[in-house]
Amino acid sequence: MTEAAAPNGEETAAKLTLRGVSKTFRGANGAVTALAAVDLEVAEGEFVCLLGASGCGKSTLLALVAGLERPDEGEILAHGQPVTGPGRDRMVMFQEHALFPWRTVLGNVLFGLELKPGLPRKSRIEVARYYLELVGLTKFAHAAVHELSGGMKQRVALARALAPNPQVLLMDEPFAALDAMTRERLYGDLQEICRKRKKTVLFVTHNVREACVLGDRVVVMTPRPGRIHGEFRVDLPRPRDINGIGIATLATRITATLRAEEPQEPAR
Amino acid sequence: MTKRVLDFAVFVLLLLAAWEALVRAELWNTVLLPAPSTVLAYLSGALLDGTLLDAAAVTARRLGVGYLAGMLAGLPLGLLCSRFQSARDTIGVLALGLQTLPSVCWAPLALLWFGQTEAAMTFVVVMGTTWSILLATADGVRAIPPLWLRAARTMGSRRLHTVLHVLLPGALPAIVSGLKQGWAFAWRSLMAAEIFITILTGFGLGQLLHYGRELHAMDQVLGVMTVIVAIGLLAEQILFGPVERWLRRRFGMTA
Ligand SMILES: Nc1ncnc2c1ncn2[C@@H]1O[C@H](COP(=O)(O)OP(=O)(O)OP(=O)(O)O)[C@@H](O)[C@H]1O
Ligand SMILES: [Mg+2]
Repeated sequence: MTEAAAPNGEETAAKLTLRGVSKTFRGANGAVTALAAVDLEVAEGEFVCLLGASGCGKSTLLALVAGLERPDEGEILAHGQPVTGPGRDRMVMFQEHALFPWRTVLGNVLFGLELKPGLPRKSRIEVARYYLELVGLTKFAHAAVHELSGGMKQRVALARALAPNPQVLLMDEPFAALDAMTRERLYGDLQEICRKRKKTVLFVTHNVREACVLGDRVVVMTPRPGRIHGEFRVDLPRPRDINGIGIATLATRITATLRAEEPQEPAR
Repeated sequence: MTKRVLDFAVFVLLLLAAWEALVRAELWNTVLLPAPSTVLAYLSGALLDGTLLDAAAVTARRLGVGYLAGMLAGLPLGLLCSRFQSARDTIGVLALGLQTLPSVCWAPLALLWFGQTEAAMTFVVVMGTTWSILLATADGVRAIPPLWLRAARTMGSRRLHTVLHVLLPGALPAIVSGLKQGWAFAWRSLMAAEIFITILTGFGLGQLLHYGRELHAMDQVLGVMTVIVAIGLLAEQILFGPVERWLRRRFGMTA
């Protein structure tokens, strides 16, 4: 993928732009407005966390940016270009691991690389092994997916998303199913990777502390219909400690906002 | 593993010994039920003079060609049915109907259409194979989690790549059980067809069985039956055993 420079000065700052984006699903029991008039900008190299209760449209927003769904209204730009479909510049890590059981761990990481033109087999395997090492799964390269624990599966999914070296990472509650210890290790790894490889990240979570540890910015969404309610800049030095006082203070503030704005939501 | 093989061998030997003993006791007419030693004598004779191998080769060729053709028809048609409602409503329904028809029922038609040729035999085998493979492929592909397809799309997989690298492997457990069922149908229908139809271009195991009856050569009938059982067992083990073991290893419990 070329490091596509935006054609005009206006767009260069934002890697991702959503303007007035709405999405309505028409299902068996009526229409659900998953997103209503959402505006969002994510700058190059920025780590933005989307925070909100279940059903507020976080996954929908990610699917729209990924190009898996089309918006009913509004426009979505990636690197200043309208998003018309999925692209290798934007890799997705889904809420469920979405690994392919017929492939080994290594085979799964190779999947995206095989689709990258001009990459010989040998270097594909080298790259895949590099990312497996990064997530600490070198020893499991030839294991079957069903032999892995939930946390290991998510790490393979992370390696698979990173391997094609996308500029943008779209991550949908990737660590929700993990134990606290593994999760904290991955927080560290992810921040390290994003800093080193200059990723732009849109990271969905409904864990307030997680959002504060990872994000440069935390965007809070509210449901029915899904809207962006407000945002918080996280001006804490990295690496951040999830148990640090700065995180705790900010998390408390954000939680208070969430509570105040949606009393009907059960506390999680 | 070796213990299991040993168990089976001992079981077979005991069975044969009991059979031999009963025949020696002359409880039955030995013309109607020859002793296993007599059957064995026929088998070694037929093996040496080549009739058995020739017949097995003819049968195997018919089966192989018909099965392959049925697979080549069933897989793409199944894929088509998995992707398009209109294909399901037409070809899919037809397949469901024809699958219930024992494929040896095609034999009279095959004779009229193709005459007493190999094509008639192949046709019967194809009719036995295609529908189960088609239906299994269609169901298997439709059962693939949409998430896999979304994941593949984000990584740049499209059309043919998606078919070859996501749809087919993702549906493999279902497809393999369809292939197995197709195989069983093909094998049974071919045997039935060979017994009932004389094809001048080749003399298969079924025909050998048929002539055994005509000649009142019960040793031949029983001998050929043993061979048919052995081939069926071996084919399952050699063709499907490794694939199924691989599936269980990769997919875990679902296969
Ligand atoms: N394919 C779909 N068809 C119909 N409705 C949908 C579909 N996808 C999402 N929705 C609806 O849109 C709304 C937002 O869903 P979405 O999955 O984006 O929520 P979320 O914020 O990711 O929730 P969670 O935190 O539970 O994952 C929900 O009310 C959901 O029922
Ligand atoms: Mg979600």
